[in-house]
Amino acid sequence: MAKENLTEIWVYLSASPLTGLTITLMAYSFAHRIYQASNSNPLLHPVLVSATLLISFLLLTNTSYEDYFTGSQYIHFILGPATVALAIPMYQQMSKIKKLWLPIMVTMISGVCVAAISSIFISRFLGASLETQMSLAPKSVTAPVAMGISEKIGGLPSLTAALVVITGILGAIMGTKILHLLKLKDHSIKGIAMGITAHGIGTARAFQVSSEMGAFSGLAMALATFTTAFILPYLVKWIGSYY
Amino acid sequence: MIFINGLTILLLYQLMGEVTVRWLDLPVPGPVLAMIMLFISLVVKGSTPSSLQSSANTILSHLSLLFIPAGVGIMVHFERLQNEWLPITIAVILSTVITLIFSAAVMLTMNKLFNFSGDSPEKPEECSAVKSLEQLQKELIENESDHG
Repeated sequence: MAKENLTEIWVYLSASPLTGLTITLMAYSFAHRIYQASNSNPLLHPVLVSATLLISFLLLTNTSYEDYFTGSQYIHFILGPATVALAIPMYQQMSKIKKLWLPIMVTMISGVCVAAISSIFISRFLGASLETQMSLAPKSVTAPVAMGISEKIGGLPSLTAALVVITGILGAIMGTKILHLLKLKDHSIKGIAMGITAHGIGTARAFQVSSEMGAFSGLAMALATFTTAFILPYLVKWIGSYY
Repeated sequence: MIFINGLTILLLYQLMGEVTVRWLDLPVPGPVLAMIMLFISLVVKGSTPSSLQSSANTILSHLSLLFIPAGVGIMVHFERLQNEWLPITIAVILSTVITLIFSAAVMLTMNKLFNFSGDSPEKPEECSAVKSLEQLQKELIENESDHG
């Protein structure tokens, strides 16, 4: 009797959106607490930790990703309005954009192209499939936009989301060291490089170095998002026409 | 209520973005176009409404949460990762290093080339930028009404 009831409850839970939604929020609040306790160690980034927890849970309970997504799609949906909301921090950096607009624009356009072309060609040279190449191309911009671009150019949005997080973590860990080795002193330059390469995760790291580096990294992240969304679909078409 | 108002504005812009992208068959994701539209609106308006500010702060303060469902989706691609882990790993690491060094170098060169020290007068530029944007919008509105 009791066992049958339990099975029934499990059948209900595994099909209901309630479960996916709840476990996502639980995993996130746990991961967020660890992240803060570790003083924002990029290796313990909340997305990395909560995704690992959730995947382990789904595999252990033999739950399919589709069943999980029926619940978590409500969180996923908010990516849209969140992308729109990025206009506001960008607008707040307006006075800085006006001062340095020419160097920033040139760096933005060339940096975005280098980020996409290098990942496409390196992975292609090493034998990655076209879908993987396209999923890698937008990896340097913030996840909601990268996923949208990935879908547009024929990549896999969920693979892109994971690659975006990995790129951000790598950029945050290696970025400050590399920039230090390059003997760069100007925090605005360091911030711009960090923001183009490692989006929000890199920006969080930049804020730990100095508030100036953080502000410029945030600015670069927003502008790179913009630039990539406009350039990448055309760039991919142009590259594609040679193959 | 303030939060709801702000969210409504964000969703309205997203709706406009999605419709425009489909209508004009643009290669940009709908929310990105909406972000640009909102940015231009803010520049024209000259300030951020408090409702929009509060909703944006709430949503953006936990941006990480929003990409967890998609991040978990990597479990669907385990097979692909097994087959292509080498190109993926090397491409991500190398491309990250290249992008970082390249952007820093370009920014440094541009700063030296044009001797940008950030001392340029700000106010007059601001006025002309806002003016030209206003003109642009006026022209756009005129053009639109011509077509309509």
